[in-house]
Amino acid sequence: MTEVLAADGRPLKASLNRALRRQKLRALALIAPLLIFILVSFVMPIADMLFRSVENDIVSDTLPRTVEALDAWDSASGETPDEAVFQALYTDMALATEYKSHTRLGSRLNYELTGVSSLFRKTGRRVKRFDTDVYADAFRDASPAYADAAQWAEWMDDDALRDALPRTADAYDGWAKMIVEVDNDVPAEEEPWDFVYTALYNDVMTGAEPPVAVDLSGVEPVSLREQFVEIDKDWLDPNVWQTIKIYSPKYTNGYFLNSVDLQKGPDGAEARPESERIYVVLFIRTMIMSLSIMGMCVLLGYPIAWLLANLPDRTSNLLMILVLLPFWTSLLVRTSAWKVLLQQQGVINDTLVWIGLVADGDRLQLINNQTGTIIAMTHILLPFMILPLYSVMKTIPPSYLRAAKSLGATDWTAFWRVYFPQSVPGIGAGCILVFILSIGYYITPELVGGTKGVFISNRIAYHISFSLNWGLAAALGSILLAVVLILYWVYDRIVGIDNVKLGG
Amino acid sequence: MKTTMKLMATSCLTLTASMAFADGHMVNEMTIVSWGGAYSNSQQKAYHDPYMENTGVNIINDESSAEAVAKLRAMNEAGNVTWDVVDVVASDAIRLCDEGLAMEIDHDEMLAAGDDGSTASEDFGDLLVSDCFIPQIVYSTTVGYRTDLVGDTPPTDICAIFDTDAYPGKRSLEKRPINNMEWALLCDGVAKDEVYDVLETEEGQTQAFAKLDTIKDDVIWWTAGADTPQLLADGEVVMGSTYNGRLFSLIEEQDQPVAMLWDAQVFDLDGWIIPAGLPEERKARALDYVKFATDTQRLADQSKYIAYGPARASSAPLVGQHADLGIEMAPHMPTDPENAKNTFLYNYEWWADYRDDLDAKFQAWLSK
Repeated sequence: MTEVLAADGRPLKASLNRALRRQKLRALALIAPLLIFILVSFVMPIADMLFRSVENDIVSDTLPRTVEALDAWDSASGETPDEAVFQALYTDMALATEYKSHTRLGSRLNYELTGVSSLFRKTGRRVKRFDTDVYADAFRDASPAYADAAQWAEWMDDDALRDALPRTADAYDGWAKMIVEVDNDVPAEEEPWDFVYTALYNDVMTGAEPPVAVDLSGVEPVSLREQFVEIDKDWLDPNVWQTIKIYSPKYTNGYFLNSVDLQKGPDGAEARPESERIYVVLFIRTMIMSLSIMGMCVLLGYPIAWLLANLPDRTSNLLMILVLLPFWTSLLVRTSAWKVLLQQQGVINDTLVWIGLVADGDRLQLINNQTGTIIAMTHILLPFMILPLYSVMKTIPPSYLRAAKSLGATDWTAFWRVYFPQSVPGIGAGCILVFILSIGYYITPELVGGTKGVFISNRIAYHISFSLNWGLAAALGSILLAVVLILYWVYDRIVGIDNVKLGG
Repeated sequence: MKTTMKLMATSCLTLTASMAFADGHMVNEMTIVSWGGAYSNSQQKAYHDPYMENTGVNIINDESSAEAVAKLRAMNEAGNVTWDVVDVVASDAIRLCDEGLAMEIDHDEMLAAGDDGSTASEDFGDLLVSDCFIPQIVYSTTVGYRTDLVGDTPPTDICAIFDTDAYPGKRSLEKRPINNMEWALLCDGVAKDEVYDVLETEEGQTQAFAKLDTIKDDVIWWTAGADTPQLLADGEVVMGSTYNGRLFSLIEEQDQPVAMLWDAQVFDLDGWIIPAGLPEERKARALDYVKFATDTQRLADQSKYIAYGPARASSAPLVGQHADLGIEMAPHMPTDPENAKNTFLYNYEWWADYRDDLDAKFQAWLSK
């Protein structure tokens, strides 16, 4: 078999591909501005936000030494870690306080364990006033070299000395970095702080040779553990340490566990106490209510769309304006209007009482519950159902119905067997629009939903703007996004996405 | 020759002038964030207008205080903080300070001394609840009731909220645990100074929820400060909690048949913070502004326009009449001795710890 060649002698297939590729590239270049815009202003921020649902470097960034020291601690032992961990914590906290990152870490860990926030705040206030100044004094008294900033810098440049005094070198480095970054000073001109001397003392006590001989036998050792416990006895609580240890990795699934009512325990995921479970209920409720709203929209929107498509132009235009009018009204105005209508002393109840359908003392509860949310949201989302339905119905030739009837079909058969199947793509489009819009809704449920009519998005909004637990908000958002994508996929399998039409 | 000299002199002068301007330390435009509505109006009249007149600075108002914490965090992460001074409630100030988003303030150094000669920190006293917080007003969350719906025996104490026999009908409470948990315990026989100790325990929380359970079906939960006044005005609720300034305007300005129950009112604070990491000249301007806006006279002036108490002790004697209604404002202040017979002190530190935990439990309780 010989290959077909193009005029220039190349194989025809390759030549064709090249031409097509060029065309594709041109098309890509044409949409490039839009693509880049969407990537930069939409996809990347969302990805960045969603990434926060697993990001957790704050613990190991703020307390690097403590996290390392805790490696050796057995969290199942139920005992408080030993002095070495408290020494690491002392250095970390002294530095974190200068960077003012200890309170930030405190509020992060407070999401997991109540009380950590004030523990860190309190500790930060007092960590500079520990009794460890006795070490610094002892060294300075032993030799003036220890009070000499330049001398310190020189020592800490000496690799052999650094190897001999690992804790000191580490504490000094942290301190020097902080002096440069926070105070804008030069380390070689500043005398190190107490925690550096404490590290030096600990090095010397474990057998290292100090740069200048010093006799420390007269110094009463200071237990850092006791210093911390003096600030707050919570430092003795193994739970605090366990929380730090569990949340020390750079990435965590903790937020995702929280968002399905689980929590991280020492041996993996465990259920939250009954009294703190909310999210699963909210997710299910959001789904069910969104489906009901979608259903209501189909029921109410279908006849209206049919009327719009079949009435003479003059009347249907007027109707169209009535459909679009609320669409152009502010969302808040419409929701507040529903408040006025639905409340117990509101228009609807007043009318019912006046007619005599409802007793005055027994007025209907139409708002601040699920009914209120469903009514108000159905109204708000109705145009999103009517418009695609209308544009699809507009394309169904009326002659089909007439043909069906002339062939002997009853009105119902003609509608159900001939008209309805042709309008399904419109229903599909409307349903997707209404459903996806409603599961992400939050203003209307917040205003009219009371306690049982609120959605998961209300909790997301709460965590974004009030509790500042953005990790949890991101995890809840990711789950919501995943659920929508899965439903979309299911929908595609069942109905087929090609059968969805927004018009034409 | 003369001209040249003159020219040189002028350019020299211009040069020094522009240099002085450049390191005159302050910018001439600032963005102040507050709550909007009547509250922002009172600040506009008492602080912004006189400040703009004195200094020629242009003040841009932004009504974003409700989302200030989240927005400041986002701005800080983006490295572009566009706000200069932000009005927040004390608990948000603590949160912002914890997050490193607000600047620490040396109150005595940076704020004006009191008119009576006290230092700023003495003058503000206990109200300096955070190192970043500059108190401005004291407001309270208290209960208002419909005088025409409570019969012949109007409620006199906070436990009327829980007494559905004597006062049938709906009541509105804020949709968060803060204040509600405390009131529930107070009305369940817990002594005032033990409330937070009890609430710290699992049993105490169960006790508070059990008390709230007794009225759960009768409560409309509000989220916006305007909700309770609207519900009271429409007769939807017989009583409800809200901020005292809202009730003042409902009663005095809109003439509704509503009265206030000052019992067990919960004091809270509102004030300024300055975002952390502002450039020097903006920071200097912000500090100059807050020094002016929180001096004794200015704080007293604000109470002419809104029923919130000035945060300085030295301002109290200067509180006068309402600017439009002409009524004495002192009896409408939450701090007035007649109103403050039984007050409840909100524990910021405690709530900063327990807020996340109790909020989850509260939401779970609500959705049951």
